Amino acid sequence: MTQRILPPHALENRVVLAGMDKPESWTMKAFEKENGYQAAKKAVTQEPDAIISEVKNSGLRGLGGAGFATGVKWSFIPKNPTKPVYLVCNADEGEPGTFKDRQILEHVPHRLIEGMICAASAIGSKTGYIYIRGELRLALERTQKAVDEAYAAGYLGKNIFGSGRDFDLTVHPGAGAYICGEETGLIESLEGDRGQPRLKPPFPAVSGAFGGPTIVNNVETLCQVPGILNNGAQWFQKNGNGTPRGGGTRLLCVSGDVQKPGFFELPVGINLKTVLYEICGGPSPGRTLKACFPGGSSSPVLTADEFDVAIDFDSLAAKGTMAGSGAIIVMDDRRSIPQIAMRTARFYAHESCGQCVPCREGTYWVYQMLHRLVDGQGSKKDIDTVLEACANMAGKTICVLSDACAMPVTSMIKKYRHEFEALAKPMDSVPVSMPKVSGQMGALLEGIRSRMRN
Amino acid sequence: MAYVFSAERELEFQNLLKKYPKKDAVLLPLLHKVQDEVGFLSPDAIDYVAQRLGLSSARVREIASFYSLFKLNKKGKYVLQVCHNLSCYLRGADDIVSKIKTLLGIEVGQTTPDGLFTLETVECLASCSTAPMMQINNWDYHEELTGEKTEKIIRSLKEHKFACPSFNERMSQGGIA
Ligand SMILES: Cc1cc2nc3c(=O)[nH]c(=O)nc-3n(C[C@H](O)[C@H](O)[C@H](O)COP(=O)(O)O)c2cc1C
Ligand code: SF4
Ligand code: FES
Repeated sequence: MTQRILPPHALENRVVLAGMDKPESWTMKAFEKENGYQAAKKAVTQEPDAIISEVKNSGLRGLGGAGFATGVKWSFIPKNPTKPVYLVCNADEGEPGTFKDRQILEHVPHRLIEGMICAASAIGSKTGYIYIRGELRLALERTQKAVDEAYAAGYLGKNIFGSGRDFDLTVHPGAGAYICGEETGLIESLEGDRGQPRLKPPFPAVSGAFGGPTIVNNVETLCQVPGILNNGAQWFQKNGNGTPRGGGTRLLCVSGDVQKPGFFELPVGINLKTVLYEICGGPSPGRTLKACFPGGSSSPVLTADEFDVAIDFDSLAAKGTMAGSGAIIVMDDRRSIPQIAMRTARFYAHESCGQCVPCREGTYWVYQMLHRLVDGQGSKKDIDTVLEACANMAGKTICVLSDACAMPVTSMIKKYRHEFEALAKPMDSVPVSMPKVSGQMGALLEGIRSRMRN
Repeated sequence: MAYVFSAERELEFQNLLKKYPKKDAVLLPLLHKVQDEVGFLSPDAIDYVAQRLGLSSARVREIASFYSLFKLNKKGKYVLQVCHNLSCYLRGADDIVSKIKTLLGIEVGQTTPDGLFTLETVECLASCSTAPMMQINNWDYHEELTGEKTEKIIRSLKEHKFACPSFNERMSQGGIA
């Protein structure tokens, strides 16, 4: 089932989502009426370096979460590769609170295809894959249909737009694993294996899918490219009001305790308060907002008095959190932060791929300890144990899923410690019975346990 | 009877092989198709897929078990997967889970004795602004759930009125249930 499409809010500027409110917006016919495929037609005749430098100048940054400069990433592809170059679109959308890529795939899939043709021209790729989360059947169906239409029109396949260039594009379904959103996990999964992230280096731009140089980009990132090629880097920058390194528009997904949750395409750098109170109608009557995650559940929490901040990568980083995937999860004054922390940790414990001990054991442990606290069975010391475990999970693993659990949990304890303490029992009434854990984390936890006993 | 590809499946398989530089890469899309057909990844289906790809059955099973969408065991005819992640929790997912438990008399992870329903809780399904939500049989989204709506869905499933109309059709009807 698809989400309701509301007319754009006065503050919205639909660039990526342009045309989504038109009838049958997912068809080639509707898309071409909206100036569709103009950028692709241009890109296939352009020098790769010209495309890359336009994208670099625009300042476009990856919208999958990490915010890496897109043009710079593309320039890492070797100039005279000995193996085929692959372009992979990351449509595994799984970060809790995020539902933006789904809107693009369901409503304007041709924009993604156009973006991929432009990107493929820039990096010299003849083969692309769109890795779509397996649960999103409507997205899979509509994107597949759009790809079929593009083949029929000669926009994909051999000699696209009569340019002499080839580009084949395949829609690939995932099968339910958050970790396949991590780019090297995604590559493993695309190759038909378990989606366990790879050690870097080598980076995918050097050796990625099927051993070839590979660029993995998020859906929304790729969909920003046609606008940049049509209208220029300066136009892109003017669409945003962020810091000098943050132009353009961005899809924000607001969910939780606001009156009008939904997705909105807004200028990068818009104030968080404006989004929460003006666009989303603030809390329900009689409530006040308490906290939010500004960039998915992996981002450190912001308290209500920190809401006066611009939503762009740099401004949120300056506040100790991150813009992440653009998912804003809002909590009002009814909510218990320890409950939220427990559920956050449960998610990461469930999704850890199990390769790295600090992540596999740490996420599980943090979840168990928080569970115990929420059940009224924990002690004050447990709170510090959780913090210590979190400190040992960050920066020590193959991918950053481990950090993605440690960061929000740590921030919640630091900012709302009194709520955790209010749930804790006095120390001595708590039996120290924890599951047996082996390996590095086991040794760490054994140390903590013996200190707890003493 | 042991599983083999139908003519249609064989054609799909051959087409998939053309799309990837490495044979193994067709595994996920192929398993999806087989599961849609059989209802789950039965041991004979796994053996057959493995043999066609030149992999061991153990290897295919190991890979399939990594992914939550692949069912290695037979479950209820209707697998109800309620999202219990943050945004759904904030909008009352726990109440929906309790409601289903009472209606069906089963716990999370269990299947009703008549084999009709399995209840599961799952992580964020990218419908957070229309929470709480559940997914039925890996693909049919039901959003903005209330107790009443949930009861209605279960009732119609019990009467086997689950026709799975095409998504486009449902879209044009404008309904969101
Ligand atoms: C655990 C984990 C999950 C991720 N999930 C996604 C995802 O669902 N979609 C996405 O685009 N990027 C995701 N990423 C980020 C990707 O690794 C990668 O940075 C991104 O796809 C690059 O595209 P971009 O430069 O266009 O943002 C995830 C990263 C991690 C560590
Ligand atoms: S950090 Fe966690 S999810 Fe990432 S590779 Fe290691 S075990 Fe897997
Ligand atoms: S939290 Fe339930 S769909 Fe996102």
